[in-house]
Amino acid sequence: MKQLVVISGKGGTGKTSVTAALAGLGPAKVLADCDVDAADLHLVLQPEIKERWPFVSGEQPSIDPNLCTECGLCRTHCRFGAVSEDFRILPEHCEGCGVCDYVCPVGAVSMRPRVCGEQYRSETRHGPMAHAALGVGEENSGKLVTSVRREAKSLAEDRGFELVLVDGSPGVGCPVIASLTDADLAILVAEPTVSAVHDLKRVHDLTKHFRMPAALVVNKSGLNHDMESELLRYCELEGIPVLGSLPYDPIFTKAQIAGQSILEFDPNGLGENVRTIWSRLETLLA
Amino acid sequence: MKIAIASGKGGTGKTTVAVNLAAHLSRRGIPLNFIDCDVEEPNARFFLGIDIGDTRVEQVPVPVIDEDSCLGESCRKCVELCRFKALICMAGTVMAFTELCHGCGLCELACPADAIKEGTRDIGESGIGRKDGITFFQGLLRIGEAMSPPLIKAVKARAENSGLTLLDCPPGASCPVVCSLQDVDYALLVAEPTPFGLHDLNIAVQLLRELHLPFGVVLNRAGMGDERVERYLEKEAIPLLAAIPHERAAAEAYSTGALLIDGVPGFADRFSDLVAAIEHQTGRTLG
Ligand code: SF4
Ligand code: SF4
Repeated sequence: MKQLVVISGKGGTGKTSVTAALAGLGPAKVLADCDVDAADLHLVLQPEIKERWPFVSGEQPSIDPNLCTECGLCRTHCRFGAVSEDFRILPEHCEGCGVCDYVCPVGAVSMRPRVCGEQYRSETRHGPMAHAALGVGEENSGKLVTSVRREAKSLAEDRGFELVLVDGSPGVGCPVIASLTDADLAILVAEPTVSAVHDLKRVHDLTKHFRMPAALVVNKSGLNHDMESELLRYCELEGIPVLGSLPYDPIFTKAQIAGQSILEFDPNGLGENVRTIWSRLETLLA
Repeated sequence: MKIAIASGKGGTGKTTVAVNLAAHLSRRGIPLNFIDCDVEEPNARFFLGIDIGDTRVEQVPVPVIDEDSCLGESCRKCVELCRFKALICMAGTVMAFTELCHGCGLCELACPADAIKEGTRDIGESGIGRKDGITFFQGLLRIGEAMSPPLIKAVKARAENSGLTLLDCPPGASCPVVCSLQDVDYALLVAEPTPFGLHDLNIAVQLLRELHLPFGVVLNRAGMGDERVERYLEKEAIPLLAAIPHERAAAEAYSTGALLIDGVPGFADRFSDLVAAIEHQTGRTLG
């Protein structure tokens, strides 16, 4: 089984639109939305949720006010400022390390499993989909990504599918690292802008760091010729295969509003570009 | 006053709004601090043409185990207590996997033999730049490093706390944003008028409400999609502070790293409107 992950360094480069378009091509596959912070793939694929369950990760303390003597030890020892003046736990700051529980002399702190979000198993018109919603302000997005990836993989195994297509996360930090772990190829989506070229280099460094092969899709092509040549030059220099490009086009927004992928919405226009991208991808994976 | 510029997802124009607002204010003679909290992809400096100097390696605390005093297999206390699995005991020796460590210090507190001391691990660097009344701070996360919040905190700690501070937040609604929004007085949420834009705005709104932070929305690329964001704002009684029109010229200016207030006629006025709207909402003058 192969796992393809679409990432972009910077958000808003069209990663989700590209993923949704690729979902309509090639063999039967499982889809996964690992941009758990700003999961948008479901807006295009309109999954029918078949199963949902809470995502539990780590622990969260709570302080029993009846037992607490307000000695202040937990607050002094907590390095994350997660114990308030009036001895409540501030979940948005808590790392769940348990120092508070350890130092409390009267046993007023108890540690409980922390629900950080919800996970789903769904069906879409392009195949089964694993996705999730991270609780607002929650940490552990990396762990949730890992859990969604695991789910997608087991869905693919159950159905005997050969491919998992993942909409990855932006940035170069913990969720992207989790998106990339044991994938076969990273599809980098970049636009020809000063900042996107810079971000591409960072995220490409990340794929190199994990020795992961990468290929590029240029989005918003035609917006800035100098930057586009710089993108392509960088790819040539670094040996990154270029899968194709998609023009800067209001059709992206129109498709989004229609709840369709660009492949469905504009089969003979942008859809052609997507097909080219797919066929090059197939040769790469073969 | 500290004003954060945030958005539920990346690419909505958060950095564009932040840098144009900063340049607009500095040209009006208002000195300010600008903190680029997106340590994974710090981009704001390109648009402001700021060179970063005065760089400093930022570190987080991690345990260092003194093998001679460590009681090893007969104790294992630190290994059992560490919730991040950053310590393991192999063949009687305790070892630290520092990239998993959150630096909470529990192991050191708990060690009965005093065998754990605090060392450090590099997570990236912070730097400062100055130009035209803007004092600029940013961080750059080391590639392969997963945890950005400690670096964001370190960058924020370098900035002075007086006067006006703009913070360009990382995308999303999880820990890096929460950490960027700490101690902020007011937030601007930048949103696009599209289905993705609305969905992500809604998540950002939930976060700000949970943090009890007052905020308003800047609609970027107005006219590109449909009306659903405006309808949502009305329904939720969220102030729309300014709308920045969708124009190819703006996308082109952005792509070259230029400021919209320079590159596109009429855009400077939009930022005057935005300043007025922020002053109206917060009841404070930015100058
Ligand atoms: S679990 Fe750790 S981070 Fe959370 S409140 Fe306790 S000491 Fe602080
Ligand atoms: S400081 Fe905390 S996270 Fe790091 S090893 Fe010790 S107990 Fe584990």
